This record gives sequence, structure tokens and C-alpha cells, in this order.
Amino acid sequence: MTGALAAASAGGDLLVAQNVFFAAIAAVMVFSAFRCVTTRNVVHAALWLVLVLVGAAAQFILLGAEFVAVTQVLVYVGAIVVLFLFGIMLTRASMGDDETASGEKRVMAAVVAVLLGLVTGGALIESFSDTRLVINEPQPTSVVSDAIFGQYIIAFEAVSVLLLAALIGAIVVARKD
Amino acid sequence: MLLNQFLLLGAVLFCIGVYGVLARRNGVLVLISVEIILNSVNINLVAFGALNDDVGGAVFALFVIAVAAAEVGIGLAIVLLMYRNRRSIDLTQADMLKG
Repeated sequence: MTGALAAASAGGDLLVAQNVFFAAIAAVMVFSAFRCVTTRNVVHAALWLVLVLVGAAAQFILLGAEFVAVTQVLVYVGAIVVLFLFGIMLTRASMGDDETASGEKRVMAAVVAVLLGLVTGGALIESFSDTRLVINEPQPTSVVSDAIFGQYIIAFEAVSVLLLAALIGAIVVARKD
Repeated sequence: MLLNQFLLLGAVLFCIGVYGVLARRNGVLVLISVEIILNSVNINLVAFGALNDDVGGAVFALFVIAVAAAEVGIGLAIVLLMYRNRRSIDLTQADMLKG
């Protein structure tokens, strides 16, 4: 712990910059996520989601996980959001408004979300309030690939079979016959 | 940086996603909210991986991204099928399995 503190004070000004960037990106992410779940327009919701995903990629870079950040942009923004936009276009009747939920349902959902936030936030502040995070250098991609194709090879194979099954399943479910 | 700032960001995003899943009626919007939830989980995974200086967090974040892609594919196929059969993707009307 003392070592971590010493390292933190050694890179003091760098840490200030990191914290400023974190705060700016986090504010954008929370605002976009909020708009994403409250906007009436379905297309706008998908576009607000893009901001949340790019913000998450920026946070990954702050945490030194470059490969995850690049994959996030490629897979999420490049593929999944496009998939969402296609889904919205193919179900054209809902293009305009989400004929929104009744007021009571929305209030109950907000109550659940706020209570959940209080519980998890309280538990996190209780457990990790003085845990410092020191990132000395970004994680090299070679380390990630060594781990995926070494230690986690079984999980990797399982995920590839899952992706194949999901692909075939999606074709079977959505095909016209 | 503190670990908690990332964890609290993840918690806030998770709660916003839960609100979206519960309050929305449009099937596509529910799937979008699920994506926000999965992203908050990814932030937590990568933050703990950075804390422990372990590559496992990043690896499992990649696995979560892959599973999210599979989930969106299947989910949108189901929403599409529902639209084709009922001309509506309102989830409150999806009660065909109700006895």
C-alpha cells in the first residue's frame, strides 16, 4: 500500500490529467446512458448508445487495456450498433416513438434502479474507499493473446462454439418460410 | 486514480440499464439497455484486472463482448420474428405463452 502511494505521488501531475479525463468521460457516459433510456426516438437511443460505448472504450484506455478498447470500438460500435440500426429499420412501425410505458411502471422502474444504486454504491464505498489504482504501463497485446490462447483456451473454444450456435440460431429463427 | 471511481461509474451505468430494461416496452430498446448493463460489467472487469495487474480481467471482458454479440444476434432475430407475426414489438403484448 505504501509503495502504491509513493508511486501515485511520484506521477502526481499525470494522475491529475487522468482524473480530469476520467471525470469528463464519465459525465458524458452517464448523460448519454440516461438519454439512451429516456429518449422517445428509437434511432436516437441507438445513437446515444454509441456515445456510451465509445466512452467505455476511452475508460479502457485510461485503465491501460488497449486491446479491449480497440475490440470495443470494432465489435460494439462497428457491428452491434449497426445490427441495432438494421433491427430498427426492419421493424419500421416503431421507427417513431416508443409508445412509452405507463407512468406507474416508469416510477416503479426508477424506484428499483435508485434502490439498487444506493445498495451497490454503499457496498462499494464501504469496501474499496481507499484502494488506489496505479497504472504504470499499458497492457501489451501479446500478454492478452498469450493468456487467451494458453490459460483460457477452453473458455475461448467454448465462446467460439457459442458464437457459431448463436449465428445458426439467428438464421433459423429469422428466416422466412 | 482510485479504484472506486471506476466501480461507481459501473454501478451508475448498471442502474441506468436496469431502469431501461424495466421501463421500456419496445423490444429493441430493451436490448439496447441490456448492452449498457454489459458495458458496465466490462468496466468493472477491466478495473479489477488493472488493480491486480492480472490479464484475466481483460480476457473476460473480451469474452463478455463476444457473448454480447451473440445475444444481440439472437435477440434481434426474435424481435424480428415477433414483428413479422404480430406487426408490433411491444413486449407487453408478447403474452402468447400465457396460460
